[in-house]
Amino acid sequence: MIDREQVLHVARLARLNLTGEEVEQFSRSLGSILEYFEQIRHAPTEGVDATNVMARRHDALRNDIPVPSLKRDEILQNGPQIRENHFAVPKVIDG
Amino acid sequence: MDFETVIGLEIHAQLLTETKLFCGCRSRFGDPANTNGCPVCLGLPGALPVLNRRAVAMAIRMGCAIGCTVAGRSLFARKNYFYPDLPKGYQISQYDAPLCGKGELPIVVDNTVKTVGVTGIHLEEDAGKLIHDRAPESLFDVNRCGTPLIEIVSEPDLRSPAEAYAFLIGIKAILEYIEICDCIMEEGSLRCDANISLRSRGEKKLGAKTEIKNMNSFRGVEKALEYEARRQEEVLRNGGKIHQETFLWDRSANRSIPMRSKEDAHDYRYFPEPDLPPLTVNPEEVAALRKTLPELPAQRRQRFIEQMGLQENAAEVLTSSRKLADFFEATLATYHDARQVANWIVVDILRIINDLKITIDQLEITPGHLGALLKLIDNGTISARSARKIVDLMQERDQDPETIIKAEKMQQVSDSGALENIVQSVLAKNPVEVERFKAGDGKLISFFVGQAMKATMGSGNPKEINALLSKMLR
Repeated sequence: MIDREQVLHVARLARLNLTGEEVEQFSRSLGSILEYFEQIRHAPTEGVDATNVMARRHDALRNDIPVPSLKRDEILQNGPQIRENHFAVPKVIDG
Repeated sequence: MDFETVIGLEIHAQLLTETKLFCGCRSRFGDPANTNGCPVCLGLPGALPVLNRRAVAMAIRMGCAIGCTVAGRSLFARKNYFYPDLPKGYQISQYDAPLCGKGELPIVVDNTVKTVGVTGIHLEEDAGKLIHDRAPESLFDVNRCGTPLIEIVSEPDLRSPAEAYAFLIGIKAILEYIEICDCIMEEGSLRCDANISLRSRGEKKLGAKTEIKNMNSFRGVEKALEYEARRQEEVLRNGGKIHQETFLWDRSANRSIPMRSKEDAHDYRYFPEPDLPPLTVNPEEVAALRKTLPELPAQRRQRFIEQMGLQENAAEVLTSSRKLADFFEATLATYHDARQVANWIVVDILRIINDLKITIDQLEITPGHLGALLKLIDNGTISARSARKIVDLMQERDQDPETIIKAEKMQQVSDSGALENIVQSVLAKNPVEVERFKAGDGKLISFFVGQAMKATMGSGNPKEINALLSKMLR
């Protein structure tokens, strides 16, 4: 279990509005995830990179050569609201 | 009580790559909105970032240029925050294992050299652009999202707004010299945030600091810091306390305004980026990149002082911009006197650039034309004073000085006083001929006229010269 305050803090960072019931639910489920990580923490990992799980590629870099982007319609197609070829989002500063 | 100002800077520079940091979309400024985007920079599920080799090389070159250690192995990290300019919900940055470690940059303030520590340089991606004033909503453009940035962090070694300005200008000069950033603060390709605190002189501990953002011009940084230092001093003198907060610089009002307090703004929950392997760089690669560095501002400044005999100030100003220093050397290829050239560039060319609010690229005056103008002063065609006017017209009309002098009849000969001087100097230079003329050799009058015409580049009035000669030789 993590406490109610922690759940609300994380929810606020993620801009999520949780109902009282959800706060209860997440304090349990996030708690059990953290407990699981606590177990993993005890695994013997001396000398192992944090990023060691990734498939090793011989060359992990890309040359600086442009490839075609998506078309604007495709870029914008998932936007909830479009205005003047832009994603319209809730106003974030006082204009 | 006497206060000491302590300033540290964070400078973000957009790298001049063709493509973004983690995908092949173009990273060009000014493209139509939302035309440079793909699953990676749009943060679509399942898309994987692949690091741009050239961006890494550029960051390493900057590290080499300011004496940073280059890490053989560095890591990327996720900086998590929710804001509409960041589709993924996190920015890929570097955190506790950046690409470049400690370095330093010498700055010159009041002709004194001071070495300022650099904490490190890391690579990160830029956020997208939000436009707040065009619609009831905020409008988001993904084009800038993922553009490669380096963040250069200074130690809190700066002790005045003037030093902070010098540091910023110094970093800018190097970025330009090594051609990895175009450094246009007004367009956001170079950005600067500052931390500033005050402490009583002699105190070792740092005072509570505030952060200033949004200073989008070089002088704006200095002004904003002066403003904030004054504000803090006033608070402290009145027995108040400085609260750690972030201010936005309002350039039009010349004051800083507190950012609407963003709760938990600094809770970024960094963790290692699982989609990118550690970046490994071997010493041979670093050595090879180091070899590609051009002559840097400090070296060029030294050369201008030692080999060309320039004053420190002039050398400093000229080398603060690679293009300005190039302009100086190009002019010097057409005209011999380095100090004279330096003086004209520092005073007049820069005056024109500042007055017209243009960049050196928009200058119509060419080095060759400036050299020609200086020669015209030397041979007496024009006075230094009218040359000042001509140089403005050279910019305005994109013409060479001779054309302007003809069109404007600006030769010194156009006023009879000046013409008299020329005739006088012709006579003074040819005493033997004067004697012969006085002894009766009347044909010599045409020789004198010829000499005077030559001195006026052929644009004097022969009748007037004749009249003056007759009068003066009488």
